[in-house]
Amino acid sequence: MGVIGCRRCTAVWPLGTSLCGRCGKPLHQRDHKSLQRVWALLAMGLLCYVPANMYPMLRTRTLLSVQEDTIVGGAIELAHHGAWGIAFIILLASVAIPLGKFLAIAFLAISVTRPSVVSNSRRQLLYEVVEYIGRWSMIDIFVVAILSSLVQLNTLAAITPGRASLFFALSVIFTMLSAQAFDSRMIWDAQTRNKDTTQP
Amino acid sequence: MASSIPTQRGDLIVCPQCDAVYTLRRPGHGEKAVCKRCHIVLITPRRKAGMQIIAVSVAIVVLIIAATVFPFLKISAVGAHNSVSILDAALAFSDGPLILLSLTTAALIVFIPLARVLLSLYVLVPLVLDRPPARGAKAAFRLAEALRPWSMAEIFAIGCAVALVKISDLADVQFGPAFWMFGILVVLVVVQDRFYCRWSVWNALDR
Repeated sequence: MGVIGCRRCTAVWPLGTSLCGRCGKPLHQRDHKSLQRVWALLAMGLLCYVPANMYPMLRTRTLLSVQEDTIVGGAIELAHHGAWGIAFIILLASVAIPLGKFLAIAFLAISVTRPSVVSNSRRQLLYEVVEYIGRWSMIDIFVVAILSSLVQLNTLAAITPGRASLFFALSVIFTMLSAQAFDSRMIWDAQTRNKDTTQP
Repeated sequence: MASSIPTQRGDLIVCPQCDAVYTLRRPGHGEKAVCKRCHIVLITPRRKAGMQIIAVSVAIVVLIIAATVFPFLKISAVGAHNSVSILDAALAFSDGPLILLSLTTAALIVFIPLARVLLSLYVLVPLVLDRPPARGAKAAFRLAEALRPWSMAEIFAIGCAVALVKISDLADVQFGPAFWMFGILVVLVVVQDRFYCRWSVWNALDR
């Protein structure tokens, strides 16, 4: 086509333009370096996710005892008390979804470098889901914040946040940045290469 | 190439998500231009959208400020009471390195949403009044857009619900006035986002 589009404001410029004249964003035909950023940020996210699960997330002090719970430990504890529903939600939100995000981003980053069996629109959908869900993982941190500011009942009971909360937040932030760094246009390149058709 | 100033191809539009190129045909009010290939919405102009966004934005600013000051949740169990505001909740991580987390939380649930609304007011008010764009309006809109994923007020609201379920059998929890304000706020943030047509704003800023 001989044109290049701005990814921020969708203005269209002749090929070779380096800076969008409307919104000032640098223009790249394809941001191939972006994959390196995706992998680096993803690795950081994964790295932070390990201590997020090793350290305690919440420290609960009651009249009788002091208890420190990791994410998984807390869920198991709840299940023992019969709160299966909440335990399931915690495991889904704090374990399954973060792990799923890591896998999804890794899959997308690999899939654009070689022919993929998964159709473009499926992968585009996966990307949109990952981008959408990413922010929602912060909910764990907010719950810890609410609980530990609210449950401060002098000698009766007190909840304080554990070290895991910091690592969990970092993990979520790095994963979000990693998803944002991914250049979704690369998903669609393979198809254009195969069919060699230009759009109207 | 770099020596001559490139001219914008105003007759085309490129999908920012999948890079498909289309000839530009402006949709009418209430219509949508959708990318045929990846189905994201490219243009969605609405009649009087600017005025509506401004009205909603002003309401959001008032609600954010009010919701931060008033008590948010109250707890009582066997004679002991405690009530917290949103800022208390955000500043719960206060010892040692966790203070970083406190600042981040406060930013995510109060300051970034507030900044986004103020920035978009700064950008939109002159446009709606048919004045030339305010100085630095492009930079302001750029910043507002960059902050979008980091504005997490609605996630905090759902977090409240989860926290309540967790402690409802331990203690008696009551909602303060700020809780309801925050509930309305979340709805307004979603409404505001639906009215927005980013392409139209960029186009208007370009004049």
